Amino acid sequence: MTNTIDDLETAGAILVIGSNTTEAHPIIGLRIKKAVMRNDCRLIVAEPKHIRLCYYADRWLQHKPGTDVALLNGLMNVIIEEDLYDHEFVAERTEGFEELAELVKEYTPEKVSGITGVAADDIREAARTFAAADNAAICYAMGITQHTTGTDNVVSVANLSMLTGNVGRPGTGVNPLRGQNNVQGACDVGALPNVYTGYQSVTDPDIRKKFEEAWGVALPGKPGLTATEMMDAAAKGDIKAMYIVGENPMLSDPNLKHAGEALEKLDFLVVQDIFLTETAELADVILPSASFAEKEGTFTNTDRRVQRVRKAVESPGEAKPDAWIVSEISKRMGYEMPSLEPAEVMDEIAQVTPQYGGISHARLDEGVTIHWPCPDSESPGTPILHTKYFTRGKGWFCPVPYVEPAERPDEEYPLVLTTGRVLWQYHTGTMTRKSEGINELDPHGKVWISPADAERYGVENGVTAVVSTRRGDIEIEAMVTPRIQEGVIFVPFHYAESPANVLTNNVVDPVSKVPEYKVSAAKVKPA
Amino acid sequence: MDQIKVEIDGSEFTAPAGSTILEIARANGVYIPTLCYDPRLTPYGACRLCLVEVEGARALLPSCYARAEDGMKIQTTNEKLERIRKTLVELLVSDHPMECMGCEKSGRCELQELAQRYDITESGYAGEKHEYIEFSENPFVTRDYNKCIMCGRCIRICREVQGVGVYDFVNRGFEAVPGTPFERPMQETPCEFCGQCISTCPTGAIKARPYEGDGRVAARDILRNACAYFHMSEEEMTKALGLEEWKVRTTCAYCGCGCQLDLHVIDNRIVEVTSPLMEGAGQGNLCVKGRFGYDFVGSRERLTRPLIRKGKKFVETDWDTALDLVAKKLGGTKKKSGADSIAVLASARITNEENYLIQKFARAGIGTNNVDHCARL
Amino acid sequence: MGTSGHRYKVVLGYGTCGIAAGATGVRDALEEAEKAGGYDMDFDIAGCMGYCFIEPVVEVFDSEGGSVIYGDMTAKKVAQLLDEHIKSGKVIEDWVVRKSDQPEAGEGDFLANQHRVVLRNCGKINPESIEEYIEIGGYEAAKKALATMSPDEVIEEVSAAGIRGRGGAGFPTGTKWGFARKSPGDIKYLICNADEGDPGAFMDRSVLEGDPHTVIEGMILAGYAIGARQGYIYCRAEYPLALKRLDIALEECHRRGFLGEGIFGSDWDFDIRIKKGAGAFVCGEETAMMASIEGKRGMPNPRPPFPANQGLWGKPTNINNVETLAAIPWIIANGGAEYAKTGTEKSKGTKVFCLAGKVRRSGLAEVPMGYTLRQVIFDVGGGVQAGKEFKAVQMGGPSGGCLPAALLDTLVDYDAIIATGAIMGSGGMIVADDRTCMVDLARYFLSFTQEESCGKCTPCRIGTKRMLEILERICEGRGEPDDIDKLDELAADIKAASLCALGGTAPNPVLTTLKYFRNEYEDHILNHKCTAGVCPALITLHIDPETCIGCGACVKVCPTEAITGEKKQPHVIDVEACIRCKMCLSRCPEDSIIAE
Repeated sequence: MTNTIDDLETAGAILVIGSNTTEAHPIIGLRIKKAVMRNDCRLIVAEPKHIRLCYYADRWLQHKPGTDVALLNGLMNVIIEEDLYDHEFVAERTEGFEELAELVKEYTPEKVSGITGVAADDIREAARTFAAADNAAICYAMGITQHTTGTDNVVSVANLSMLTGNVGRPGTGVNPLRGQNNVQGACDVGALPNVYTGYQSVTDPDIRKKFEEAWGVALPGKPGLTATEMMDAAAKGDIKAMYIVGENPMLSDPNLKHAGEALEKLDFLVVQDIFLTETAELADVILPSASFAEKEGTFTNTDRRVQRVRKAVESPGEAKPDAWIVSEISKRMGYEMPSLEPAEVMDEIAQVTPQYGGISHARLDEGVTIHWPCPDSESPGTPILHTKYFTRGKGWFCPVPYVEPAERPDEEYPLVLTTGRVLWQYHTGTMTRKSEGINELDPHGKVWISPADAERYGVENGVTAVVSTRRGDIEIEAMVTPRIQEGVIFVPFHYAESPANVLTNNVVDPVSKVPEYKVSAAKVKPA
Repeated sequence: MDQIKVEIDGSEFTAPAGSTILEIARANGVYIPTLCYDPRLTPYGACRLCLVEVEGARALLPSCYARAEDGMKIQTTNEKLERIRKTLVELLVSDHPMECMGCEKSGRCELQELAQRYDITESGYAGEKHEYIEFSENPFVTRDYNKCIMCGRCIRICREVQGVGVYDFVNRGFEAVPGTPFERPMQETPCEFCGQCISTCPTGAIKARPYEGDGRVAARDILRNACAYFHMSEEEMTKALGLEEWKVRTTCAYCGCGCQLDLHVIDNRIVEVTSPLMEGAGQGNLCVKGRFGYDFVGSRERLTRPLIRKGKKFVETDWDTALDLVAKKLGGTKKKSGADSIAVLASARITNEENYLIQKFARAGIGTNNVDHCARL
Repeated sequence: MGTSGHRYKVVLGYGTCGIAAGATGVRDALEEAEKAGGYDMDFDIAGCMGYCFIEPVVEVFDSEGGSVIYGDMTAKKVAQLLDEHIKSGKVIEDWVVRKSDQPEAGEGDFLANQHRVVLRNCGKINPESIEEYIEIGGYEAAKKALATMSPDEVIEEVSAAGIRGRGGAGFPTGTKWGFARKSPGDIKYLICNADEGDPGAFMDRSVLEGDPHTVIEGMILAGYAIGARQGYIYCRAEYPLALKRLDIALEECHRRGFLGEGIFGSDWDFDIRIKKGAGAFVCGEETAMMASIEGKRGMPNPRPPFPANQGLWGKPTNINNVETLAAIPWIIANGGAEYAKTGTEKSKGTKVFCLAGKVRRSGLAEVPMGYTLRQVIFDVGGGVQAGKEFKAVQMGGPSGGCLPAALLDTLVDYDAIIATGAIMGSGGMIVADDRTCMVDLARYFLSFTQEESCGKCTPCRIGTKRMLEILERICEGRGEPDDIDKLDELAADIKAASLCALGGTAPNPVLTTLKYFRNEYEDHILNHKCTAGVCPALITLHIDPETCIGCGACVKVCPTEAITGEKKQPHVIDVEACIRCKMCLSRCPEDSIIAE
């Protein structure tokens, strides 16, 4: 997030696009609701299905899955046509406006209405509302990123934000809501194939040299494979061994059949986890690790706030913290990492990571709230990014034309399948599905289907249906509901007994390598 | 005017314009008792304990509700106010089960605290008491309205913070009581089981069902009493006594909001999860997962020993054997097919420090940049 | 009153009170006769004329404008009325309540001693006809104000009248309008408080049923004055007839352009919506009423912020009682100075009271401010029933106080009444005679406020419950010596600490009865006696052998067969078996059963 969760409350308008915030980020959902209920914030929700935030929204733009770029271009078309954009901001802090204006010119509300299914007047009114607010924020999540056009979507969101001058002040910004407790932190500390900590490129010789010195060993200069590429490489036989820590690709990866085949093909698979996950079932060695409540450390949340994780209980049996396990393996492979306490590891991170330069356990334990970048121990952190200039100096408007999703409905698979989360469960259910109470309230997954489609395909509410795509099929209870639009079905991905990712398409965005979970062609029939 | 000056009990304080009298008092360490106040909610003015005397005002003003005005002269305590407060607490106690011995809220019950403050062991206004049946029809929330003091905090937090509105008052007069629509079980209402009502209930009327019967962290009572006796904050006292483990502040392991949690631990077991008021992303609010989703930590299904595949089965082994095998296999693969034939998946669930070490291991230990995690999934 | 060419016009008082007493049968009979023809008369209905003690009431106007009012009408009596009065022009003297040529004779002084401004049209015009209202000058005040007066001038006129809010608190209406007018904001609301809930009070209902257009015209004037374009009438659903007549009146106003966009051809928009209340007493409190209009549970909020600054939907809001609004058109038509001629120095104009209880002539009494209570109760109300003695009058319903005979010369004046510990209130006046137990009366009013407490604040919810429990045990003979002190203490804290006026005034009946009738409390507690013979636990019933005629009526109703006796011989009550339900007392034709 360029801004903080706290300052969402002060926004005059919020556009939530591709985020079922109250279910996937309930606490951020509360802040948005508070902004609306107490501070008269105008909320615009762009979302293919009816989510709870729609109840709080001034306007709900029910666009078709995969048409975000068209919708965003349509909003910008109105804002430029009606001269509602922030001239001063555009002139002083951005470049490329003319090119953007040229491109969005053709995205008239009428044309966009044809693509997205949203009424032209709704697009106009939403654009006016967003542009009229003194401070307007955009929140998005996987509904924006999990497309073959995910990068395009994100760029379009940024374009809209800059066009209206909503950058660098409280209540504004481009705010991706990160799905998992420490997905931000894992990225920050270099668990990515192309960068070291703090997004320092592995291909930059100077940076590589810095890390070689810090770690005392020569480092490879070629960027590695992303998670999805790893699976493809494993399937091809290029990757022969994998070490998987705390992840469950056998539920979370797209096209699970493909993922399963890839993992089966490996010569050697180590899985390190707290439970015997679907992925661990395929392992050669399983290493028991400590849960978050059994160790010290930090998580970095979605608004870049680095916060302490503290040990509350002892691990069961012989389960060990991941740090200990990986250090032991490394030692046995001939690279002995110094044996460090978590606080000391953080000090090492701070040394090699400019953004974390001033972060230490000691500071956090004093109760200081720190949002990175925090270059040194005097810095209070940076709650709001881009207050004066962007990372590259001026903000660059990158015009993005609308491109259709990779797989479109056809005669054989006439429906659009989109996947996502529900309030009760978390990711692959490794944790929540062990909770008795949660499972009493939410025992199993359901496919959402509109009344018209249910009738068309003979599916009944509360009765098991078969959902199929080119990748496979699953059996799952049908929930017939007007909350989903005709032609679209929704399946949450948490449930091992009805794994949505058997169905999803493992085609990825060319830049971010994020799979297109949000659009697949599918069909349903009664079981 | 941005700042105003007010006089409270003879001392002058400056505060932002628009502040309530209570906010100014609290910010400056002036004690005013409250029962229906929660900083997460809009003021309500029902319990009447926070009434104060304002010079020139026709009546006593609820300090939680009344906005301070520049030059206001406020008395937070005097004989009349204290008499009224005592009467109010006595009235509340007169319709409250005197079961503090068995009540899990004992020691952190706001009514109990006031009863102690006003030295009330039994009410001078004895009379009819309610005998409601306890509702525990769902896995998470138990409601015992015999202990309800009608502060409306559950109703308001559900409506104002959660935006849901599962509860409202039903009936009038002495019979008024919170309830769900037509007494439906909570799972038949739009309840999201966030437990915000539990977090705000000042007495034992609304409780977290999974944590019932676990008792409380014993140290907490002792600590509270000790804090009161020595005029120390809880934090100072825990540090002084080396008691860090009674309640552990940590960060939620679910979504990216990063809510702050207090894990309450007895006998190496998490017996309750709460969130510190007005701190972190949640400000004391949690969701169903954050508040109730932590039984997995103590689950019997947890992996407790390293396992090695033997055919279709896994057999338990010791760490040395397992680690040696892993090192040998990964080392062998690297030697045979090169470092880039190995891939490492780190995790969005584990700590920064661990992720750092894992990517360092991949790059420096194995020698490949094939390290990623499920950020995209 | 025109008779449109016919010799007579027959008008039936057709309000809820009349209907309850059987007016529908009378109406049907008269309508039938009119339809059948042969009688030189018009028939019409009107609202309540105020003669509750003798409903149903029919007024017969002759072509010269004279009239005769007949009471206790029945459908059966209609034929005789038609034959004798309409056909033969012969007044049926036995039934007469009032004759216009002898206005003070008989029961005539009930009206003669009144001064009707608010009730000026009640019982005179058909409330379901806007034409009749217009015919007597209705809506002229509104037209005049919109055409010739600025909003500030309207407020000045109301201020000059000196009228104070008739809902009970008595805040000067002009000042209140001024606050709402000055409060910044484009959107403002006006609310007519028609949530009349005091036991024994029915002024608002009678006005709404009898003259709805006056209230609407008052609202138009108020809306114009304060700058509100939307008005609400908050009326309880238990007033179906008032609601029906309001609906008709609003529809007629819309049709004529008196409400809606550009009313009376001006550029001022004003509309009125009705919000039906579910009969909660507390919804008469303005913050609770606004919560109820907003669709929330009717519970009060602390003030400030006051409605004039932050009211309905957070907008500046002005709330006026029905009676206040009904006086406004008269004030604008006749001038504030004219209105202010009536009344005392600080309480101007007239006040409508509902006489109820043990008074001989119960009904609607509108009197000038400055009358004494004695004048209201005795000159208008006719005093208590023969053979009984006046004991007290409860002013202002459950929020008010009980005043003894010694205070009967208190003036009808806001400040004079407050000085006694009672309040003017909305106008309930319940008369108690010597057979009324003052402890029991206080208990009754407190049980009402306790049941009607919204439950929000502690002192009102539990405090009044505990006070009630103390009163109950005193009435049951279980009173304890320190109970009076406890009542005093609780009452003081409840008054000081309650959130709204419901709780803040709930102890008043107890406090005033304690003040003026303390001996009755002491009798109950210390001597276990209820001198009024009311509290069952403290009385015994016996039959006066001197007067008992042995009719056996008491034997038939006694649920415990405690009464025995030969026919035509004095009967006897077995004190052991008697449960003191007093069924016998109410049946005895000779008043021979004595409770003491």
